Amino acid sequence: MGTAEGTATGARVSPRLGDNYLTHTRGFASWALTLDHKRIGVMYLVAILTAFLLGGVAALLVRTELIARGPTIMGADAYNKMFTLHGAAMVFLFIIPGIPAALGNFVLPLMLGAKDVAFPRLNLMSFWLWVVGALFAIGAVVAGGVDTGWTFYTPYSTTTNTNVIATTFGAFILGFSSIFTGMNFIVTIHKLRPVGMTWFKMPLFLWSLYGTAMIQVLATPVLAITLLLLIAERALKVGIFDPALGGDPVLYQHFFWFYSHPAVYIMILPAMGIISEVISVHARKHIFGYRFIALSSIAIAVLGFLVWGHHMFVSGQSGMANAIFSVLTFSVAIPSAIKVFNWLATLYKGDIRLSTAMIYGLMFLVTFGIGGLTGLHLGALAVDVHLHDTYFVVAHFHYVMFGGTVVALLAGLHHWWPKMFGVMFDERLGRIAAALIFVGFNTTFFTQFVMGSHGMPRRYYDYVPQFDLYHQISTIGSYVMAAGFFLIAYYLILSLVRGKRAPMNPWGGNSLEWHTPSPPPHDNFSETPVAEDPYDYGKLVYDPAKGGFASRSYEGAGAS
Amino acid sequence: MSYGSLAGFWLPRQASTTAGSVDFVFNAVTWIGITFFVLITAMLAVFLWKYRARPGHAAQPSPDHNQRLEVTWTVIPVLIVVWIFWEGFEGFLDLATPPKNAYEVQVLGQKWKWLFTYPNGVVDENLHVPPGEPVRLVMTSQDVIHSLYVPEFRIKRDAVPGRYEKQWFQAPEAGEHQIFCAEYCGTSHSAMLAKVIVHRSRPEFERWLADAGNFIDKLPPEKLWEGGEKLYNQRGCKQCHSIDGTSGIGPTFKGIWGHAQPLRGGGSATVDENYVRESIVDPQAKIVAGYEPVMPTFQGRLKDKEITALIEYLKKLD
Repeated sequence: MGTAEGTATGARVSPRLGDNYLTHTRGFASWALTLDHKRIGVMYLVAILTAFLLGGVAALLVRTELIARGPTIMGADAYNKMFTLHGAAMVFLFIIPGIPAALGNFVLPLMLGAKDVAFPRLNLMSFWLWVVGALFAIGAVVAGGVDTGWTFYTPYSTTTNTNVIATTFGAFILGFSSIFTGMNFIVTIHKLRPVGMTWFKMPLFLWSLYGTAMIQVLATPVLAITLLLLIAERALKVGIFDPALGGDPVLYQHFFWFYSHPAVYIMILPAMGIISEVISVHARKHIFGYRFIALSSIAIAVLGFLVWGHHMFVSGQSGMANAIFSVLTFSVAIPSAIKVFNWLATLYKGDIRLSTAMIYGLMFLVTFGIGGLTGLHLGALAVDVHLHDTYFVVAHFHYVMFGGTVVALLAGLHHWWPKMFGVMFDERLGRIAAALIFVGFNTTFFTQFVMGSHGMPRRYYDYVPQFDLYHQISTIGSYVMAAGFFLIAYYLILSLVRGKRAPMNPWGGNSLEWHTPSPPPHDNFSETPVAEDPYDYGKLVYDPAKGGFASRSYEGAGAS
Repeated sequence: MSYGSLAGFWLPRQASTTAGSVDFVFNAVTWIGITFFVLITAMLAVFLWKYRARPGHAAQPSPDHNQRLEVTWTVIPVLIVVWIFWEGFEGFLDLATPPKNAYEVQVLGQKWKWLFTYPNGVVDENLHVPPGEPVRLVMTSQDVIHSLYVPEFRIKRDAVPGRYEKQWFQAPEAGEHQIFCAEYCGTSHSAMLAKVIVHRSRPEFERWLADAGNFIDKLPPEKLWEGGEKLYNQRGCKQCHSIDGTSGIGPTFKGIWGHAQPLRGGGSATVDENYVRESIVDPQAKIVAGYEPVMPTFQGRLKDKEITALIEYLKKLD
């Protein structure tokens, strides 16, 4: 490295960055038909962030409707379609593919020192399946919407006259996109690890992606089957779930949660992987308790399969089943707790820099901490009877899904942004946006814990006067959060146009993606790198001339 | 209110005999959560300050794992969650096991109201109970899944079509308590509300029950329409049919009497006694144009005299 044109600022991205994966070939087809995991990762990033915008706008409309009792900006049916759109877009289009398909696709082969994933064509197909699935789901919305909630509970979903079939078929296709990504990652991690990288020398992000991929491959087919059965019942009147046709509606809930609870771990496991990387790198400290963190990812993936019944404590399953699911639910809390303690211990005696990425990493400990701890209320049977289907549950899973996954996604996005696009963003605006999101998020959702434990049921278009104040506060919080996201969009887009050029290793990470230029060349590495301990930062020293970190060996390599 | 109670901020008042034990677990778990949260954030704050990056400061070497420490912070949470599980399970057994000889009320959930049927056949849209006696609800649904939730009793159970689900409570004191539907069920899910009315004494409850059973029989013919009005409000007509001319899920009742209704698929029907009766017992027979065939049948749930009372009421709605 150490090339001279890095000083030019204000120019467009491509001329000043030289030959890299972004500039290697040009034209629409070079992107649409690319087999480069990095470009597919970038396309996924654009796609999932578009879905996030769609789901986010729906969320703001839902919160605005709820700012006052009675009709505010829409009718009851429109409201029901709106929260369904929010949930379905966020779950199926954004958060499930989110981290693995966007950041995972970009980073995983780089961390392995590989040129690409094991099956690049399958990877491209996975992306286009996402697009087709999303078009189905969005088409269903344009054609009048769907009002079942993202859970499609029967017999409501088999009797409502909204577009259930198109939406579930979209989710069915999206499921295959997810399965293909998972298969690809499993094979890639097994077969493409470099010389010197044994399983227990892999970066923890890879462990978490591996655990995630296991769930994607094993659980998603169950969702596919369930949604097909639902379509069969609606279209052909085959009695499976609808008691009017001789079916059992609770069976649907079993099938649905058999996928959708493990899917919660598809959403959170990769987030935990990001946090392991970000906290360690930005504290300049070897990760604490590597083996416990790595194995807890696998423990979560396995135990996550055995807890689906905790969504059904009041739906009429037997007391014995309730007790077993309650025990198993608590068992899955342990590996998460272990990870939090390990991340805290990693900070001990570190050199902690409050970069934007790190701020999100630390925010995760706080917000995911609250999400995890309130899960204990819901795992306790007697308490869950009271809290089930109230805003307490809504708050709990937003603390896990947003306070956990979205915050981690933001940590990872800021951490790898310089690597992905070769530019630095405005750290000052980054911190301001993080503060807005933290304040807005807690204002929105902490109030929901309180109104939920007071008995406010979820998915309510209207509410009793007792809950006025909570809803007003919650809605105002959501606007603050939205302001934070617009600020992020602003400075990230601005960085693409005139951000300072990023060095090879701006944060001093030691996993292999930091040992290739930013942005990486088309082939990732000019020579096959040799893996070492990804969390050993001893050899990396800050070079003010570069604005980044370098180790002597790699300086030598770059100069040649 | 016991020591450590968070009731004022976190929980509604306790109005059932089992609410106390539920709240005990809620409070205990909340305090455990607060303790861990304070521990985590305090350590975080200390580390952030002590080890902040600054000129002349660098990371200090320290072990990157410690078997004993890691086993400790695995075992302690395990013990804590085992205890929470046990307390939650015990509380749940209390909620799931009604005492013998409980007073039984049949509950029917439907879009979008609750119907409570008493042993003497009285049907009411609110749940009336005597104080200080265990009451067992035998619940089912006519259409989709609903869930009967009384926050102040800390009870909730789904009403599932094609099944009977049971739950019970005992309210020691007279009073009124909100009932919500907690399982999403469509357009008017948030309007599927009712009250638990705990009477002041068993005799007062018995009097209410007797009056409720024969109020229509006691009305003189010229007042029969008042019975119809009550049925309109209580039996779920008003959720879909307005009386002020606005179009709801079904056509409005205002000025409907004697009017010719255009039907789906062509033709029309004049609203007279026979049409109204047919629309109540066999709602899918004639669908008014512009509406969906979603009304459930009331066959067997309205007596002849009650249908007559409803007809009298419709005649009044010019």
